[in-house]
Amino acid sequence: MASGLRMEETELRLGLPGGGGGGEAEGVKNSGKRGFVEIVDLKLQLQTPVGVQEAAAEAAEKVRRSPNHDSIVSCGSDPEKPSPPKAQVVGWPPVRSFRKNILSVHSDKGRKEEGEKSSSLAALVKVSMDGAPYLRKVDLKTHRSYQELFMALQKMFSSFTTGDYGSQGMSGREFMNERKVKDVLHGSEYVPTYEDKDGDWMLVGDVPWEMFVASCKRLSIMKGSEAIGLAPRAMEKCKNKC
Amino acid sequence: MREERSDMSEDDDGGGEEKDSWAPGLGVAGKSRGAPDPLPPPLCDQVLENVIENVLQFLSSRRDRNAASLVCRSWYRAEAQTRRELFIGNCYAVSPRRAIDRFRCVRSLVLKGKPRFADFGLVPVGWGAHFSPWASAMAAGYPWLEKICLKRMSVTDDDLSLLALSFPFFKGLTLICCDGFSTAGLAVFAEKCRHLRLLDLIEDYFEEEEYEVVDWISKFPQTTTSLETLGFDCLLSAVNFEALEALIARSPALRQLRVNHHVTVDQLRRLMVLAPQLTHLGTGSFRSPEEGEGMEHEAHLVSAFAASRSLVSLSGFREVAPQFLPAIYPVCSNITFLNFSFAEITAEELKPVIRHCHNLQNFWVLDTVRDEGLQAVAATCKDLRELRVFPLDATEDSEGFVSDVGLTAISDGCRKLQSILYFCQRMTNKAVLTMSKNCQELVVFRLCIMGRHLPDHHTGEPMDEGFGAIVMNCKKLTRLAVSGLLTDKAFGYIGKYGKSIRTLSVAFAGNSDMGLRYVLEGCPKLQKLEIRDSPFGDAALLSGIHHYYNMRFLWMSSCKLSHRGCEDVARRLPHLVVEVIRDRPEADDEAVEKLYMYRSLVGRRNDAPPFVKIL
Repeated sequence: MASGLRMEETELRLGLPGGGGGGEAEGVKNSGKRGFVEIVDLKLQLQTPVGVQEAAAEAAEKVRRSPNHDSIVSCGSDPEKPSPPKAQVVGWPPVRSFRKNILSVHSDKGRKEEGEKSSSLAALVKVSMDGAPYLRKVDLKTHRSYQELFMALQKMFSSFTTGDYGSQGMSGREFMNERKVKDVLHGSEYVPTYEDKDGDWMLVGDVPWEMFVASCKRLSIMKGSEAIGLAPRAMEKCKNKC
Repeated sequence: MREERSDMSEDDDGGGEEKDSWAPGLGVAGKSRGAPDPLPPPLCDQVLENVIENVLQFLSSRRDRNAASLVCRSWYRAEAQTRRELFIGNCYAVSPRRAIDRFRCVRSLVLKGKPRFADFGLVPVGWGAHFSPWASAMAAGYPWLEKICLKRMSVTDDDLSLLALSFPFFKGLTLICCDGFSTAGLAVFAEKCRHLRLLDLIEDYFEEEEYEVVDWISKFPQTTTSLETLGFDCLLSAVNFEALEALIARSPALRQLRVNHHVTVDQLRRLMVLAPQLTHLGTGSFRSPEEGEGMEHEAHLVSAFAASRSLVSLSGFREVAPQFLPAIYPVCSNITFLNFSFAEITAEELKPVIRHCHNLQNFWVLDTVRDEGLQAVAATCKDLRELRVFPLDATEDSEGFVSDVGLTAISDGCRKLQSILYFCQRMTNKAVLTMSKNCQELVVFRLCIMGRHLPDHHTGEPMDEGFGAIVMNCKKLTRLAVSGLLTDKAFGYIGKYGKSIRTLSVAFAGNSDMGLRYVLEGCPKLQKLEIRDSPFGDAALLSGIHHYYNMRFLWMSSCKLSHRGCEDVARRLPHLVVEVIRDRPEADDEAVEKLYMYRSLVGRRNDAPPFVKIL
């Protein structure tokens, strides 16, 4: 029904004075992190015929709620009759959001297969690499350090980093081998960067691992020439080594 | 004129338990009593006062103290000097200054802030209930303060820091449904409070990012601590387990430990081995991340429980793996409080456990155990005083796993029941009537039929008769929450028979103003009234004018109130603070969406946000 409701904002309609049902998104946020559900008021009598049919079907389902009604529930006119079905109301039933949140996370975990780690949800991020024809995804939570991550990335992108790129400096394999982060960054043509929560592109390796996992939204392994400020030094070192 | 002898009601969230209260009524007409005397009393009066002080020291109940303080000036002064625990049910009813001026020797403070409906998202963020002004006033006025308990207050990290630095004798902090602080504040608090005995975090809200989390457990003093109670089961982030283990090892006085869901069952076992003297245990996840090695773990876990001979209270079980449940059998016959309200277990999984719990008095459970599970409870737990059945799926369209059948079974088996909270989707008047007859000790009856306006599912009639029977037959009832399809008739019953009711919760009920009028005119002891989405208007509001000074608060949201009606009340009752809370600041309707009004000695508050209009 959600898509049907969006249309209402542009519809001409009769309604109670003081605004319609769709305006609750603006204004003061009601304890947004506490299970706030916007009030959605279905103005059933003004929907398209399709909408009315859907609503009637739902109303028929809910007929047990209001045995004195016929199948299409009207709203607004009779204050003591129940609201239309499926309309969610803030804070009802009165269960504290602490409890609601815990149990909803719980039920997600419950559906996972046995044997899976239930400690935390995966942190899958896209990884793009210059020159690679398609992106990959890596789960940051399965690694415990930058080293592990780079090893995984190496495996992922090894097929793209032999050949052409190898002739310009170190090969991709050498780039992502077991080294300290500093060495990796300074000694190769490829610069791993990531986009953080604020949308900024940052160099991988500056912040503690946990902080990185929490704030990383996607990874991008750029070629040295695209990583401003680092490329000349990287190229320099490559030349010296080769 | 106004009735002066009103006192604030006790905190009855969960059982009608008596707590001390404080009578603000004195200030209304008897302002002179609050001011200090210009001259000291003559010598013989002074002697008498000393005698009275010595006697009054033994009075602990705040009701008794309020009564004593009204006898005469001398008793008033003596009582004020000897009151050690100060209970303030509404932080806006009085100012910190006034409280400190009157009660000079307070050692323990209980302070409550936001209205209860804030728990369900009905009060916008930033409404108020800030602890900071109280913290700074207390720091100056009560240097020997030992205990603070806050409920629904906004507490900042700076407040926690101030507490830790200002009170050298500080012993205990309890935060219930509070927000605004983080692990950083806890870290400072743990570090600076050298003699801390109690830190209990109960259903507080944490909003910190993962990378902001601080290792506060490591900050406790490295020497032997005085900790008796440590509860952090609501904490969202994991604590440093090694540090926790070390802390437990050097806290020989520890009796209550409630860990959060990050603690696995193996870790729990290690902690239990270090603290076999525990009386209250929050078990964390009660699950092992390594599924394959279950058998060994189970055996070790059983012995850990067997060694914990003092356990009387168990909670946690946040992600309970059913194969570990039998481990608690050794303690089942001793426990009086069992909280399974986060454990998604079936009736089959519950039965073997509950069978052993003969002494259970308080039981919280999820409705996944169904009516069958409740029947098992009724069969064994003959001493049950409090039952709470929570819904797994807390939406109004949910299936609902318990019904009138479960309620009837409980009422048949648990005749000593005093308090019940029951979420369901199917209920009958007959079942409620049966409970009203079987459970004469009921003090708290909270029935939540989750689908709005649902009638008796057998007869199709409103639930009026059922709730009517409750107020008629349960003479000790002080707290009532109603639901389902209800007409004004139900309120007629409440007004006629609910003479002891102090707290009433109403939602989606009633036909007309008469409903509210019945209650306001009929219930002399009413203290706290919260109403939502019911067709009560200005006329009904005005019918309670004679009583509002005797109440702690009135909340009405999504009713039929208008500005004119609320202004009328505000004009006629100058010591009532009438707040109109608007969700949409630009909408200046005549209709009042949310009304929150309360008596106060200090008039309108000065920290109201823009969306609150005080009439």
